[in-house]
Amino acid sequence: MKRVLFTALLTLACSVSLAQDLLITGANLHSQSDAGVIENTDILIKDGRIAKIAPRIPTNKMIKVINANGRPVTPALFAGLTVSGLSEVEAVSEAVDSGYRELYTELMHPEFDVRLAYNPHSSVIPITRVEGFGFTLLGARGSDKTLSGQGGMVRFDGGYSSFEGKPVIYVQTSGRAAGSMGGSKVAHWMLLNQAFNEALTDEELTLITPQGAATLKTAKSDGIFLFHADRAADIMRVLAFAKEQGISIVIHGGSEAWMVAESLAAAQVAVILNPLKNLPESFESLGARLDNAALLHEAGVPVIFSSGETHNARKVRQLAGNAAANGLPHNVALAAISSTPAEVFGGEPRSIGKGSRADLVIWSGDPLEVTTQAQQVILGGIPDTMVSRQTLLRDRYMGAAADMPRAYTHP
Amino acid sequence: MAAADWQNGYKGLESQLSKKAFSGQIMRSLLAVLLSLFATTLSANPFPSTYQPLPSSPTLITDATILTGDGQRLDDADLYIADGKIVWVGEGSIPAEGVTTINAAGKWLTPGLIDVHSHLGVYPSPGVSAHSDGNEATAPVTAEVWAEHSVWPQDPGFSRAIAGGITSLQILPGSANLFGGRSVTLKNVPQTTYQAMKFPGAPYGLKMACGENPKRVYGGRNQAPSTRMGNVAAYRASWIKAQRYIQDWEQYEQKMAKQSPNTEGDSNSALAAALIKPPKRDLELETLAGVLKGDIILHMHCYRADEMITILDMADEFNYKMGTFHHGVEAYKIADELAENNVCGALWADWWGFKMEAYDGIQENIALVDRPDNGCAIVHSDSEEGIQRLNQEAAKAMSKGQAAGLDIPPERAIRWITSNAAKSLGVHDQTGTLSPGKMADVVIWNQNPLSVYAKAEQVFIDGALVFDRDDKALQPVSDFELGQLLEVAP
Repeated sequence: MKRVLFTALLTLACSVSLAQDLLITGANLHSQSDAGVIENTDILIKDGRIAKIAPRIPTNKMIKVINANGRPVTPALFAGLTVSGLSEVEAVSEAVDSGYRELYTELMHPEFDVRLAYNPHSSVIPITRVEGFGFTLLGARGSDKTLSGQGGMVRFDGGYSSFEGKPVIYVQTSGRAAGSMGGSKVAHWMLLNQAFNEALTDEELTLITPQGAATLKTAKSDGIFLFHADRAADIMRVLAFAKEQGISIVIHGGSEAWMVAESLAAAQVAVILNPLKNLPESFESLGARLDNAALLHEAGVPVIFSSGETHNARKVRQLAGNAAANGLPHNVALAAISSTPAEVFGGEPRSIGKGSRADLVIWSGDPLEVTTQAQQVILGGIPDTMVSRQTLLRDRYMGAAADMPRAYTHP
Repeated sequence: MAAADWQNGYKGLESQLSKKAFSGQIMRSLLAVLLSLFATTLSANPFPSTYQPLPSSPTLITDATILTGDGQRLDDADLYIADGKIVWVGEGSIPAEGVTTINAAGKWLTPGLIDVHSHLGVYPSPGVSAHSDGNEATAPVTAEVWAEHSVWPQDPGFSRAIAGGITSLQILPGSANLFGGRSVTLKNVPQTTYQAMKFPGAPYGLKMACGENPKRVYGGRNQAPSTRMGNVAAYRASWIKAQRYIQDWEQYEQKMAKQSPNTEGDSNSALAAALIKPPKRDLELETLAGVLKGDIILHMHCYRADEMITILDMADEFNYKMGTFHHGVEAYKIADELAENNVCGALWADWWGFKMEAYDGIQENIALVDRPDNGCAIVHSDSEEGIQRLNQEAAKAMSKGQAAGLDIPPERAIRWITSNAAKSLGVHDQTGTLSPGKMADVVIWNQNPLSVYAKAEQVFIDGALVFDRDDKALQPVSDFELGQLLEVAP
């Protein structure tokens, strides 16, 4: 009953003008900053940013108030590495814009930028957003080349160009793609070395275009190269390559990253991983184990979680919960899907303090527990309607059948 | 039992013939040939279960919160298991000595979890192409194949699933084909052969598939079916063949019955009977006939509401029982029809959008299929990851139902991965609830299992402790994993 009342209050609150100042009262704030968890605090939001965090902030009629009633408030979460806004239906190729293949140039195209096709109106975005997610790392994938293209962070706030952070170049060196690339990951390394040497030393370009060379140069100075690698030996090879080329890198996959945790920590390289992986899915992940994230964290490696799924990206919260259940401290697991990706890829800081962007979520309980619901998402200080295509389908079919077909039920 | 009926028919003939005293050498030879012919057709169960419960001792588990699997919750209750069976739950007496007691105060007890949709063994880890044994995608109708013949018992996924509390699971062929083949239900014990894992007495299932997968696989080869209407035409053509197959065997049996010797020593009748040619055995049609006769349970991969209703109409047309729809992301649209037809929905908590027919998935699907009287909602995994945390999948579905205003306490939600799953597989008389006399398939959880923090601490199958989180000796390791990464410190 409390929950119903709470939702009703939120609905009322949300019908008020959107540009209004907002006051969240009684929050159990997981700040993800040095302040840690701040119990029973108020949060004042002006112009989409946090103006003040303090107990019992005075209010007035011009301020819209949402009572968190002691519930947890966190930063809006990171949905992982996805193709949100680039893929309506995964298996419907004409509705997917995340990769390239069979280009008539025969070249690698690191300049291929998925952000050009990003669609903020994809139904996938509100479906993900209402579960407490505020941003994602857009990936270039499905390509058949060693350099798959580039992407970057984007906010789920409905903007056409809500991009933030550094450009991220996607590099494929794993065996899975090797079948179409010379039959071996050796071919990946051979071509990658050549492409970098051409691009960065003004040699004649044979593998990439001048635009591609410019992209690599830019990314070398102010971008991140994201390497997919699971096997410990491959991760070590990536670390060596990064050192040789002087580039910033992040490891994606990292099933055996725990085996080389000290090398990763020494090189200050972060790992994007799926903490549910504990099976030898391939000969590249024989060492997969549930406490991978915990071991990496203990060694000082920043960890970020991603499921690899776009439509069900909301599962990332369950990933973090499982990592916490397998030895990772709760606040680090939460950081792995909020502040850590922001620190690693740049853009808006995702810890909550004065001046930070008001991208917040009020939860019904522990934000890492699967039985917890996102009760109110706030992006840029604006409370979300908490409506998605899926909530509408639910509402259409929840009630008893009427005389007229369901198509006449407009929830 | 269709195949068994035929078997009995042969056996009857065999015993009658054996009474006869044929004198001629030729006659004896003829008889030998005929008998050997029959012998090849005799066994209805050619790959029988050799499952034996592992060693166990009488065990009393005390002071637990018990979810019985049939909708009840008992607080501070005890459970006593002996000889591989559940003896009593709640309160009862135990022998004076020889009983192992486990204090489970603060812990929760459930029946062993059951996953009705797994491809462990047929799509094992590592997922290399040499291990791709789950889809005989060379023809749209392959009812003749049996998943058990593809199961690799060394799949490390089985032991991961034990750690998640899975005690029984159904291994299905994939969904490339309209009729994908027979499924097999296993007890989740790590053995060297699948026969030693086969759930004793469990009926076979038949995997069928609706919609996009078959039409994509075969349409992509410019072969039928390439459309949904092509799918349905091909199902119906197969059922017609199966009906004829049953008729042919019935006619044969009738002819045999007419020729049965009425009196002792009627050698002419016996010889005539022996000369009646039986219909040729057809492995594909044997399986389909098994469904039509009610011996094999149908498990149909089907996403869209409209297609599921087509399938129910088809079941009426050919007078068979539809068993369980698998995946059914639109099952919530026809929850009442499913309940009225006694059909289960084996569903995901939240997976959607990976293909067009999965576009309308909602997270309340399971709760809405569970809602009607007689609703049979099941949480399935279809995943080597999901099977390890079926409890979390149920927890997500429960909480989405609760948030939508439905009253779903844990004792109700746990049915989705225990008793309802057992009903779907036809093993509800043996497992799925903590009822006296059933197999002692039991999980001790460190807390309420409907939580991301829950862990199965101890898992019992037929009363035997097969997994203990605190005892490495009771954590099975497959041959494949043994000796890997030798130089790496654990």
